[in-house]
Amino acid sequence: RERERARELMLPALSRVAVCGGTHGNELSGVYLVHERLKRRKKSQVMEPVAVVTVMSNPRAVQRCVRYTETDLNRCFTHAILSASEQTSYELVRSQELNSLLGPKGSAEAMDLICDLHNTTANMGLCLITYSDSDWICLHICKYLQMATIPVRYIHYDIPRSEAYSLDSVGKHGFAMEIGPQPHGLIRANIFMAMQEAVQLLLDWVRLFNSGAQFEGGSVDVYTLVKNIDYPRDPHTHTIIAAVHPDLQDRDFCLLHPGDPMFLSFSGETLRYKGKEPLYPFFINESAYYEKAVALSLARRRKLFIPKKVIQT
Amino acid sequence: MLKDSLQSNVSACVSLQWRRMKPLISLNMELITLPALHRMAVCGGTHGNEMSGVFLVPELERQRKEKGDAIWPIPLTTVLSNPQAIKECKRYVDKDLNRCFTSAILSSPITDSTPYEVRRAQELNTLLGPKQTNDAIDMICDLHNTTANMGLSIICYSHTNWICLHIFKYLQAKITTVPVRLVLLNIPIGDAYSLESVSKYGISLEVGPQPQGVVRADIFNAMKEGVNAVLDWVKNFNSGEVIEGGDVEAFMFKKTVDYPRDPETKTPIAAVHPQLQDRDFCLLKRGDPMFLTFSGETVRYEEEEPLHPVFINEAAYYEKGIAFHLAQKQPWTIPSIQAKKV
Repeated sequence: RERERARELMLPALSRVAVCGGTHGNELSGVYLVHERLKRRKKSQVMEPVAVVTVMSNPRAVQRCVRYTETDLNRCFTHAILSASEQTSYELVRSQELNSLLGPKGSAEAMDLICDLHNTTANMGLCLITYSDSDWICLHICKYLQMATIPVRYIHYDIPRSEAYSLDSVGKHGFAMEIGPQPHGLIRANIFMAMQEAVQLLLDWVRLFNSGAQFEGGSVDVYTLVKNIDYPRDPHTHTIIAAVHPDLQDRDFCLLHPGDPMFLSFSGETLRYKGKEPLYPFFINESAYYEKAVALSLARRRKLFIPKKVIQT
Repeated sequence: MLKDSLQSNVSACVSLQWRRMKPLISLNMELITLPALHRMAVCGGTHGNEMSGVFLVPELERQRKEKGDAIWPIPLTTVLSNPQAIKECKRYVDKDLNRCFTSAILSSPITDSTPYEVRRAQELNTLLGPKQTNDAIDMICDLHNTTANMGLSIICYSHTNWICLHIFKYLQAKITTVPVRLVLLNIPIGDAYSLESVSKYGISLEVGPQPQGVVRADIFNAMKEGVNAVLDWVKNFNSGEVIEGGDVEAFMFKKTVDYPRDPETKTPIAAVHPQLQDRDFCLLKRGDPMFLTFSGETVRYEEEEPLHPVFINEAAYYEKGIAFHLAQKQPWTIPSIQAKKV
């Protein structure tokens, strides 16, 4: 571990960065942040020290203020879908357009870093969600963002890059920046400001990194998804028969022990967590996940040590 | 930033009515006898993504199956008002169902191009009405959620709906888990556009804050408690006892305030200010912050008259051009009432 801490990393500069919003059309912090960035760029041709591409990912869904019009855009970036021919649905066509613009995924031309902006109805503060637990760029960014006013955490989905389905997987490095709680279809000023602050810190970090700054090594808590839990359902109709228990609601990242209350049925019974291992819940009661049969996700937490980082000149 | 809308017209009506009514308020109101309530309905999913009602209605049916009709003081019909919107988990499919119950819309001819919700409104009017006839059901209790921090709000659309106003008085005394408040509009019955106006004495229970498409256990329980309290009240009223009147505190809608918008694109350029967000029913005074623009400027309330904001940042109202309503807090005197035994 001492050797890891002392290790220095030489990594290439991040010369092309993309900030995407409205990947889900009703997650409004990102929609308005992208909107503002595009407006400001139109007004004054400010040269930013980093070339930042700002993208409204799903304009049709944004216009209708819905998550998606035909299919969830943020599930359309697997290699299989991107390389399929004759896509007809709006989001499938759009994912291929975005792949041309910001990718192609897996190639040398792809964006160095994609930050995709999202909101959740869950009480998650700010989370960076990625597919890797060894992407030192993402981990260092997470460490740097700890100075934000909102709690910042790192979530890892252990999925191989080719099967990675979200927009951020198109870049060489990427993450979803997820902020909650905010109901879909509306904008809360405090959440918008938190996202604005975080994006600013992110771009500050990229500028510092590119200019040769060194960053201290250290540790980051990484939450790795273990499993999703569905709502209890009626065996015949398949409709939900319980809500997340009041003792669990809003307690994202508080350790859930075997026997702890998980659901409260509409008729008043408590249903408890039957797993053997204490795990960390997140995405507790995300409205968009009802149709995906997810009431909450459960993660293992571990401390990851990240080496000092320098830029390759 | 006033929105020239139905609400402004409504508030003009209210002020006029108030000037006429004012002398009556100071008189000692006598006991009013009203017919006992014989049939009632509890409706959920009038907006398909307001989930407390969507789940409470089947739960009431489950209770009926398990324990029988005798658990309720009078025959109770449960209705999922907008099944297609519920299936799609949207507020509405073609048109807001809860704006489709005016006499004009209810009597309009059905053609191939008639919106889904207009047809459904006419079906509901047949099932629970017809509106403004003797056959109409005595009470509709319509269940709603809001993204605004409104606790349990009773919405009453007529200032002389004594049943609704008494129910509010009872709920406010009985329910301690959430704040209970009365929002009073005064819409003439022909113009009344919402589902509960189909019944003789309609009441709307609005519980928040809850995101659309989400069911929170605490909010569901508040709604359940509210409905159970309404049923208790009906039982007490029907028993023939005198229900004491008195003064209730009402929040009367006066006007609506829209978001500051870009003059060309019409998109909002500000969000509700953090110091106003979640502060429904508090007093907004001149100089208080109202909005925070995305570029960081504060927009303040400039009117002389301090008013109470309600429905602050309701997601469904963005498309209606409403950031919040402003209401005047008034005492409202309600008479004692007693059920007339038939």
